Amino acid sequence: MKTFKLGGIHPDENKISAQQPIEVVPIPKTVFIPVSQHLGAPAKPIVVKGDIVKTGQLIAKGEGFISANVHSSVSGTVQKVDEIVDYSGYRRLSIVIDTDGDEWVDTIDKTTELKKECTLDSKAIIDRINEMGIVGMGGATFPSNVKLNVPQGKKAEYLLINGVECEPYLTSDHRLMLEKGREIMVGITILMKALNVNKAMIGIENNKKDAFQLMTDLAKEFPGITVHTLKVKYPQGAEKQLIKALINREVPSGKLPIEVGCVVHNVGTAFAVYEAIQKNKPLFERIVTVTGKSIKKPSNLLARVGTSISDLISMTGGLPDDSGKIISGGPMMGRALSNADAPITKGTSGILVMTEKESKRVPVLSCIRCGRCVTVCAMGLEPFLLAKLAENQVWEEAEAEHIMDCMECGSCQYTCPSGRPLVDHIRVGKNEVAKIIRTRKN
Amino acid sequence: MNSTILIAVVAMFAIGITAAIILYIVAQKFKVIENPLIDEVVELLPGAHCGGCGYPGCRALAETMVKRGSLENLNCPVGGKEVMGQIAALMGLVAEEKEPMIAVLRCSGSKSHAPDKVLYEGASSCSFLHQLNVGESGCPYGCLGQGDCVFSCKFDAIAIDDKTGLPVIDNEKCVACGACVKACPRQIIEIRFKGKKDRRIYVSCVNKEKGGIARKNCTVACIGCGKCVKICPFEAITMENNLAYIDFEKCKLCRKCVKECPTNAIAELNFPVIKEKAQPNTEVQA
Amino acid sequence: MKLITVSGSPHLHGDLSVRKIMWGVIFAMLPAMLVSIWYFGISALNTTLVAVATCVAAEYLMKKYLLNEDPSVSDGSAIITGMLLSFNVPSSLPWWQTMLGGIFAIGVAKIAFGGLGKNLFNPALVGRIFLLISFPVNMTTWPVPLSNRWVLVDALTGPTPLGQLKEGLANGETLAALKLHLPAYQDMFMGQIGGSLGEVSAIAIILGGLYMLYRGIITWHIPAAYLLTVAAFTGILYMIDPTHFIDPIFHLLAGGLMLGAFFMATDMVTSPMTHKGMLVFGVGCGVLTVAIRNWGVYPEGVSFAILIMNAFVPLINKGFKPKRFGEVAHG
Repeated sequence: MKTFKLGGIHPDENKISAQQPIEVVPIPKTVFIPVSQHLGAPAKPIVVKGDIVKTGQLIAKGEGFISANVHSSVSGTVQKVDEIVDYSGYRRLSIVIDTDGDEWVDTIDKTTELKKECTLDSKAIIDRINEMGIVGMGGATFPSNVKLNVPQGKKAEYLLINGVECEPYLTSDHRLMLEKGREIMVGITILMKALNVNKAMIGIENNKKDAFQLMTDLAKEFPGITVHTLKVKYPQGAEKQLIKALINREVPSGKLPIEVGCVVHNVGTAFAVYEAIQKNKPLFERIVTVTGKSIKKPSNLLARVGTSISDLISMTGGLPDDSGKIISGGPMMGRALSNADAPITKGTSGILVMTEKESKRVPVLSCIRCGRCVTVCAMGLEPFLLAKLAENQVWEEAEAEHIMDCMECGSCQYTCPSGRPLVDHIRVGKNEVAKIIRTRKN
Repeated sequence: MNSTILIAVVAMFAIGITAAIILYIVAQKFKVIENPLIDEVVELLPGAHCGGCGYPGCRALAETMVKRGSLENLNCPVGGKEVMGQIAALMGLVAEEKEPMIAVLRCSGSKSHAPDKVLYEGASSCSFLHQLNVGESGCPYGCLGQGDCVFSCKFDAIAIDDKTGLPVIDNEKCVACGACVKACPRQIIEIRFKGKKDRRIYVSCVNKEKGGIARKNCTVACIGCGKCVKICPFEAITMENNLAYIDFEKCKLCRKCVKECPTNAIAELNFPVIKEKAQPNTEVQA
Repeated sequence: MKLITVSGSPHLHGDLSVRKIMWGVIFAMLPAMLVSIWYFGISALNTTLVAVATCVAAEYLMKKYLLNEDPSVSDGSAIITGMLLSFNVPSSLPWWQTMLGGIFAIGVAKIAFGGLGKNLFNPALVGRIFLLISFPVNMTTWPVPLSNRWVLVDALTGPTPLGQLKEGLANGETLAALKLHLPAYQDMFMGQIGGSLGEVSAIAIILGGLYMLYRGIITWHIPAAYLLTVAAFTGILYMIDPTHFIDPIFHLLAGGLMLGAFFMATDMVTSPMTHKGMLVFGVGCGVLTVAIRNWGVYPEGVSFAILIMNAFVPLINKGFKPKRFGEVAHG
């Protein structure tokens, strides 16, 4: 079975919502749509208070090379364009809309029949993806059209599709593959056309045997697409580790996957691309797994962007009394919320409610130099050293020790017997080193 | 005497003399010619190498002083008036009279004034918490209490008070070197005049949000009402971005603004207590 | 409802803890301890208890009053130092000397460097060397196994196999003649020989070592590198001159090599952090051990070899870094 060799851990999978079919969340009374739901420059609002908008209408335009459009997820009236408290407690510019019915923009094809043929050429596909505000649905939210623009001098050989979902608890990609497998396949062929490649490989972790079986059967109808099963190891879903496992190539430090001839997209992104190209539908809704050991009904919910997280939690039986942390994303790389009324964005793959017992961090002791963090680091770094350098603010040496290669997967902190907050310190270090690199470039 | 002992003594003597000669020659050959005045100035300087003067270490400051031949715009905040006076005397110059300064924490968001809305667990790093989240009190401008300032202080002049959760700056130990100012990710600490009799008045808030929003998170926030600006007889207070600021050069310590502030956002330190009305905000600083 | 918590990711932690590791090591040392009590009787138990009690008390007091830290000793590392120290001394060592060794081991080798995780040298070995240099007679008087079990003060003493070997060769005896007097391999394997508490029984140590490997407390790199190097080096010497150098099996079973390879050299704090570094460390220990045994003054070289290699560990850590993912090849 394919896998990546360096490092990795195996936390408890806890895929308790894996058998729950996707449910649609009723449209909320108000939605809060942030103008920045992606990496890069925030989009610029093009509506003002009082404007009437339809579902799927463009309400904020992407600015700059790395940016994305934002579309309304409901129909109604714009209540305000103002700073709203987001998951981190800080205020971010958002467009607040009071819902009124669910009238869609008439250019969107609302039918659900599968449409296999794509008549657009590569450039038109990439432009449409940009227009429809498609971003990476795995959680990184990188604008997808930027990835598809292969820079001069480089050539794409493979399209790799990430169906791994290595984070514990999350099952949205799993359900998407089971319920929308064909659409995903068509989306993949469209992406292959955009990239001018004839080989696509889908990687699925071995704990989703039903999805693997289904996708393998479907792949027979689509030439060029192969499906591969991967050993269950965190962080198999990380881009570089996926490339290593599927085609055994290592992306050089500091470079992008196109350097080794491939582009990686999440299955959710492939599905969004299908809807964008074949149905002219912009990205304004996504599947969110709402789960947790004390959640009464762990579910996979199809929610409109801008819905409050508290609405989703009440759909699954309400916030349990013993809740300790509410996390947007998975438990290894997700962000803990301080505000449960924060909205769902394009990159919210899951909401995990951790019990108080689970949330308590273990007491911190001094480093016992056991070396386990070095053994599990998937990037071959020395986390104990990076954390120590960052703590003592020795930035130049931290940069020399390749702190910028760290992808903050958390394997080191998970393993550390002394419970040291390695990733916390490394994050501070990366921030400072990034500042130094920026000033050096200028 | 035994011949073994004799040989040993002579041998050690010879080695010693040879080594001494070699060392002397090398010391002379590689001698660095320097103005001896620099060494004398270094002797007078405190030797903390804290960088508070803006130069990397006491020696660098001494070199600058001697090379320039003047003390203009140069000051050792640690040594203060006394040391600068001695250096001036040594160099045959007149030292500038500098007003003593001290670091001031412009936030009173203690655990009682700005109660926790969320609990933080993790590395004790203000820079980290600042990036991660707005903070336990919910105020995006307020003190996070994780101690980056404490870590940066080389003079042991700052420590976190467990009850309030805020740092306390020691009046005697602080030398206004500015390390804590740089360390604070929210620029809450400012270097201000120490004041006559160590008395100082400052707006103990850096929140730039609209008053209603600011007050929700902290009961002693500056709400930008402007009453202090109007009442100050010396025009020392300005208002910008919903936040008042007292210019320490203009402030004459009359305390009118302290009484006037409806949220008690203005702090006065080391003044005698007035008995007539509600106590001003003095709980958080030493 | 209670406030929710906010922290950086990851929000999960594995179930590994320092306490689990330390208690795993203590459990792995039990076979050796039980064997030592079987062969050397209550004086063995006494020595172990004194050493452990001294180390725990010393750590508690020093942490509280010298380091001004939370004086928790529940992580078990002081107990391990005490047990390992007692494994390195003869059962007949006067109790006050054991106590001094414990205080020195914890105080100088551990607390003076800053406490858990900050020491450069293995504390138990430092304690042993201190005792060896300060009380050479007591530290080289080895009780004979099985004969002194019920007395605290031993009457019968004898040499260790390595001691016999070194003395014999120094006196001009031939290896062939010596071999008739040296203990049989079974005795060396089971432990019915003279020696310190922990070093006599190879089988007890190997069982403990295998348990730690199974639990994932240690990896195979250091013990394998150490033992294979010793076997290879002594094997080469034996092939060159079998009349002066004894065979590798004797070397593997004799002295504190097994104890050193599985319990002392693998001490996490004082050994390298990467697998490559660990192999280098093991090889270095092996070479030095054999060199000291054959050409040094002392009959046993394990303690010195490990301490010398401990000093090189920071250098090894710097020189042998793990292979990075996507490492750009140096042009």
